[in-house]
Amino acid sequence: MRRLKTAFLLLLFGLQLSVAVSQETYPVNGVADKRTGMYAFTNATIFKDAQNSIAAGTLLIKEGRFVAVGTDVTIPKDATVVDCKGRYIYPSFIDIYSDYGITTPQRSTTGFNFNAPSQLTSNTKGAYGWNQAIRSEVDAVDIFAADASKAKSLRESGFGVVLTHQKDGIARGTGAVVTLADKADNLVIIKEKASSHYSFSRGTSTQNYPSSLMGSIALLRQTFLDGQWYKNLPAGQAGKPATEGTNLSLQAWNNNLAYPLIFEANDKWNDLRADRVGDEFGVQFIMKAGGNEYQRIKEIAATKAPYILPLNFPQAMDVEDPNDARFVSLGTMKHWEMAPGNPAAFEKAGITFCITTADLRDAKQFLSSLRKAIEAGLSETKALEALTKTPATLLNVYSETGSIDAGKWANFIITSGPVFAEKTSIIQNWVQGEKYTVKEDGMQEVKGNYALTLRTNTGIKTFSLDVKSSNSADVLLKDTVAAKFSHDGKMIKLSFNESKRGKKGYRLSGVSNVDGWSGNGTDSSGNNIWWTAAYTKDIAAKTDSSKKKTPYSTGILTFPNGNYGVQELLKTETLLIKNATVWTNEKEGILNNTDVLVVNGKISAIGKNLTNAGARIIDGTGKYLTPGIIDEHSHIAVASINEGGQSVTSEVRIADNLDPEDVDIYRQLSGGVTTSHILHGSANTIGGQTQLIKLRWGVNDEELKFKGADGFIKFALGENVKRTTSQNNNRFPDTRMGVEQVQMDAFTRAKDYENALKGPNAKNVRRDLELDALVEIMNKKRFITCHSYVQSEILETMKIAEQFDFTINTFTHILEGYKVADKMKAHGAAASTFSDWWAYKMEVQDAIPYNAGIMNKVGLNVAINSDDGEMARRLNQEAAKTVKYSGISEEEAFKMVTLNPAKMLHIDNKVGSIKTGKDADLVLWSGHPLSIYAKAEKTMVDGIVYFDREKDAGMRKEIATERNRLVLKMLEEKKGGGATVPATPSFRNVNTCMDHSHNHALLDVHADEIGN
Amino acid sequence: MKKYISFICALSLGFTAAAQETIYPAPEYKGMLFIKNGTVHVGNGQVLENTTIQVNNGKIEKIGADLPIPMDDVKVFDAKGKHVYPGLILSNTTIGLREIASQVRGSNDFRELGELNPNVKSIVAYNTDSRIINTLRSNGILLANIAPQGSLLAGSSSTVQFDAWTWEDAAYKNNTAMHFYMPSLFVRNRGGFGGGPQPETDPIKAAMERIEKVKSFLREAKAYLAQTNRTTTNLKFEAVKGLFNQSEKLFVHCTLVKEMLIAVDFVKEFGLDVTLVGASESWQIAPLLKQHNVSVILSQMHNLPTGEDDDVDQPYKMPAALQQAGVLYAITDEDANSTGRNLMFNAGTAATYGLTKEEALQAITLNAAKILGIADRTGSIEVGKDANIIISEGDVLDMRSSIVTHAFIQGRTINLDDKHKMLNERYKKKYNIK
Repeated sequence: MRRLKTAFLLLLFGLQLSVAVSQETYPVNGVADKRTGMYAFTNATIFKDAQNSIAAGTLLIKEGRFVAVGTDVTIPKDATVVDCKGRYIYPSFIDIYSDYGITTPQRSTTGFNFNAPSQLTSNTKGAYGWNQAIRSEVDAVDIFAADASKAKSLRESGFGVVLTHQKDGIARGTGAVVTLADKADNLVIIKEKASSHYSFSRGTSTQNYPSSLMGSIALLRQTFLDGQWYKNLPAGQAGKPATEGTNLSLQAWNNNLAYPLIFEANDKWNDLRADRVGDEFGVQFIMKAGGNEYQRIKEIAATKAPYILPLNFPQAMDVEDPNDARFVSLGTMKHWEMAPGNPAAFEKAGITFCITTADLRDAKQFLSSLRKAIEAGLSETKALEALTKTPATLLNVYSETGSIDAGKWANFIITSGPVFAEKTSIIQNWVQGEKYTVKEDGMQEVKGNYALTLRTNTGIKTFSLDVKSSNSADVLLKDTVAAKFSHDGKMIKLSFNESKRGKKGYRLSGVSNVDGWSGNGTDSSGNNIWWTAAYTKDIAAKTDSSKKKTPYSTGILTFPNGNYGVQELLKTETLLIKNATVWTNEKEGILNNTDVLVVNGKISAIGKNLTNAGARIIDGTGKYLTPGIIDEHSHIAVASINEGGQSVTSEVRIADNLDPEDVDIYRQLSGGVTTSHILHGSANTIGGQTQLIKLRWGVNDEELKFKGADGFIKFALGENVKRTTSQNNNRFPDTRMGVEQVQMDAFTRAKDYENALKGPNAKNVRRDLELDALVEIMNKKRFITCHSYVQSEILETMKIAEQFDFTINTFTHILEGYKVADKMKAHGAAASTFSDWWAYKMEVQDAIPYNAGIMNKVGLNVAINSDDGEMARRLNQEAAKTVKYSGISEEEAFKMVTLNPAKMLHIDNKVGSIKTGKDADLVLWSGHPLSIYAKAEKTMVDGIVYFDREKDAGMRKEIATERNRLVLKMLEEKKGGGATVPATPSFRNVNTCMDHSHNHALLDVHADEIGN
Repeated sequence: MKKYISFICALSLGFTAAAQETIYPAPEYKGMLFIKNGTVHVGNGQVLENTTIQVNNGKIEKIGADLPIPMDDVKVFDAKGKHVYPGLILSNTTIGLREIASQVRGSNDFRELGELNPNVKSIVAYNTDSRIINTLRSNGILLANIAPQGSLLAGSSSTVQFDAWTWEDAAYKNNTAMHFYMPSLFVRNRGGFGGGPQPETDPIKAAMERIEKVKSFLREAKAYLAQTNRTTTNLKFEAVKGLFNQSEKLFVHCTLVKEMLIAVDFVKEFGLDVTLVGASESWQIAPLLKQHNVSVILSQMHNLPTGEDDDVDQPYKMPAALQQAGVLYAITDEDANSTGRNLMFNAGTAATYGLTKEEALQAITLNAAKILGIADRTGSIEVGKDANIIISEGDVLDMRSSIVTHAFIQGRTINLDDKHKMLNERYKKKYNIK
């Protein structure tokens, strides 16, 4: 009886339903066929939402919407009844991060070319804004067109509704909520403008600015300000100042702020960066995550942002070849292992989140990926919520969809079991009351024993057929013979031989009818036969043959989660360094057999025979204790370094894009560096704002910053800013004459701007972040470190500064400083230089290793800097070269990498010498600190030992062990038939100022080669 | 009356000239020369305290503790309390071919067009008047192997001494090595953010094909050279003659383990004398290199570790790994920003990370000479060799004390002035600095 009924329903379902709601304005070609689309689904386990389920419930839908749901629903007579016994019904899923039905333009595949001509303004035609990457005027609803094949693939993964938008640019306009029904576009749009979208990527914009992450951030910030300015212009100007006119981009920008704002951040640090921009302007972004957030979940939770999580968990790499495996980093392998735990980490941290199909190579992987996340600890309830109620609520469409409640759109799925269970399949996906079959035979139980009757020319033969699934069946003869079988819901193919070895057999074809199967075929001699099959009984369910799964487990999360990461953030200790040779950099000079006590991160006492009961004793006998090295010119620990898009970019800030997980931090600690001044690159006359950091290994980006230090900014002169390497430069300036005029113009504009801000019309003055920074310089609130080489440009720059009544704080590189040292002294500039570099470009032909010595002897404050991730590890030796070349005293030489840069950076009250009360940034050297044979044994920042050579030896072993464990695990995955990708080297982005060559390691990739 | 000229080892030499043009190559010196009572670092691992070196007609004639110094017309240098070393050798460099590293094309002569240029010779473009050379001499670097760059077979390098009027005079050994720049087997394309387009062909396969191109060339060259009565002459084939009789080495520039293993083919199939240059991963297969008798020139020790997980000092301790395995290796300095002047400090770093100081010294003297095929004439302070010698105030490997006061090439006393010292003097004058 059951069989019959199912089969009957199957027939009924085979009919093509017409649209439940048709469009009034559209003429009908033929005869009107209006239907109510009223269906009653009975006997189902119905999940109204993630929390509430109904056993043996009834669901009634009509005209595309839910009418009633419950156990006591009265089924109207004109409802078509669908028996869903054994089936489950869930609200269909919502993908909040999609570009379904929208063409996303592709960016050109050629990377950024430093030497190509610049495009300085937007190529977009029309009354839009100046920057091609601000595309606020784009509305998804205008360019949306349903895409049947994509809709089908999303529906097959359980989705019914998506938020779609164009993924292009930094501001991307609005998104629309649409269903995945195959209807006229007019009917699938649930909400025309539901969201607005942002990212850090300029996408297809061909304009040079912004060419860096920090440039993108600066542009976002400025556009927020421009929007406010544009909106608040007095009525008399009709919102259109003569100088700006109609700006459709800014108009749209302002309008779009009314919607939920979704930011494609795609990475844990970018999440934080975007959130900070939002905080600055009082908006909360919903963050499209990258999948590595579990590594810093505490910081992620602190953003208070809702998140959209992709499930693109990395695949195992084929690490069979040890030479290939060598280049896959521990961090990459750990992420492979831990990435499926990302959603669980969000749940555990109590963060609101949605789940998206975005970033998956194929939407088909969605459910299997989700199951991985569930195995890794995500609860099924949370998973369902993240796919239904949460996105609907965030988009303000929960009254329309996202649960099974009367009045909402009839968007739901029928499944064969609990929706996230491995063996469960989605049978049907109903969108706006229309059925879409996912699994053709899904509603019919094909499994069972059948009596097969063959009518052959020699008579009737009967067989017993065990159908195990829609593509597997056995014929029960003397032996059990496996048949070739397929049943697609309607069509049947069956072929088998009469015995395991024999050649005599049959090839049958037929269909599934209401009361059984029937069809025709041939036997192995070519004779025609006719056949029927009738269901007889259930067969015992086979035990789950799937191989035993090893329960999900991972290694330990470290900060960073890979190379040399620490399991717990290191804490400050009370330390007593005993009996060392202490180089104080103070008037006491070098103290023999001296103790230094460190309490609460500060130097608490210096003397002989100090004691402290609670202190950890570090034996300094035969060793040298010095202040930590301060690198005045460094480019480590950042995501981008050069905003080369324009000649003046004082609005960009290194602080916006710190990367505290750069392994160079750890490597430089091993060379005794404790503080680094992270400078913008030298691609433009007025570069970006710099950031001073302390090398605190393991902390987050905010905690990396040197607190309470003055702000600095990078300027640059000469060959780089006039783009000498470009064969066809079109960006002003092209000569040192032009450089001077860029400086002159910038400060003149800044002066006028400052006056305007003080004037009567101040509130209508457009706030300009570029000029703000220059005003700070003129008011001695921000200080310049200026990349410079030849004497003419050094002198010229000082003259400009003097004209605007400020001082160039530091000239960096300054390889011809020796030629104008007297003038620099008169001006009051300090010098931060290389020890012995020269001849790498035209403007360093007169560079000499005596430069630091001469400048020192003339009386300048001189530092030796690295400007290079490798050399920074040997800065003490670089300082020692001034002894070799210029006969500088050893103490004085060592100050060039400690106290002198501290003075230059205005932090000598905190660091740079060993003095009671100063920060305990200390290095314990194995030998004389200026000798090439000295190694930093312990490097401390704020009294925390961040590098310890003994501990480092232990970590090397741990890294080797953990690498080996993960390699074996990947090999195991491959052996078990898991998909693998070829072993890909774990490249590391390295930033440099592009000024000179750098000794990069094999796996280092210059950030500018990648383009952004 | 004592006729000998005694030179006081003092730093302050008179600087009156204002241009490098007045730094003259030293004239030939046929007479006797004594460097007395110094701590002599032989270059082969030995250190001889309080030792005197006797030089005659440019060659080291005697070494001993109590050599009698004749009252004749001889030069005597007192090295008491000082350190005496063999002249340092840059075993692979473009000095003299490249004056301004970037952006000034006219000053560059190190890379020829084409991929099979075995007939190209660096020596003919070597500029003895390069401003860089003198800055190296003043740090104790007296010889260098001048190498062309390029792709595949880039040509022959020659070894020069750093005190000469012309390249012809400078040549110390012509055709030291043929330079093969092996195509990388490292796939750099990362797709990713913006990335480049995916290559149409498998880059590994393409690289392997190009390597095969070189092998085919050598096979054909060998066959060509076996035939004695030829009607046509192939200059490219002629140019590799020395490779087959091992009078010229094959320098293979490569990095990865697999590349280095492929380089071994040139020993096995062609019987060539192979040296790997660069070879930053050579520590991984050091015992194999020893087994195959392949030597190594490390070109950039002051480098970051290959990968994030590598030991932070991995490049620094690479020489120690080669030393331990018994590989013949040298250290050179190809840093583009300091133009080779820190050769001795690269060795110093190696000494900090596992080598003895004398082993480190050997890597920039005798080992380099062995690899360049000039060990019979230089690389160590031993009787019969050229008097290529430097005197330093202290340990030359440590910047604290590495101050070279005197240098001799083939017994000639070299002027240690250079452009930098002159500019120093010029501006000391401006500021009245003593």
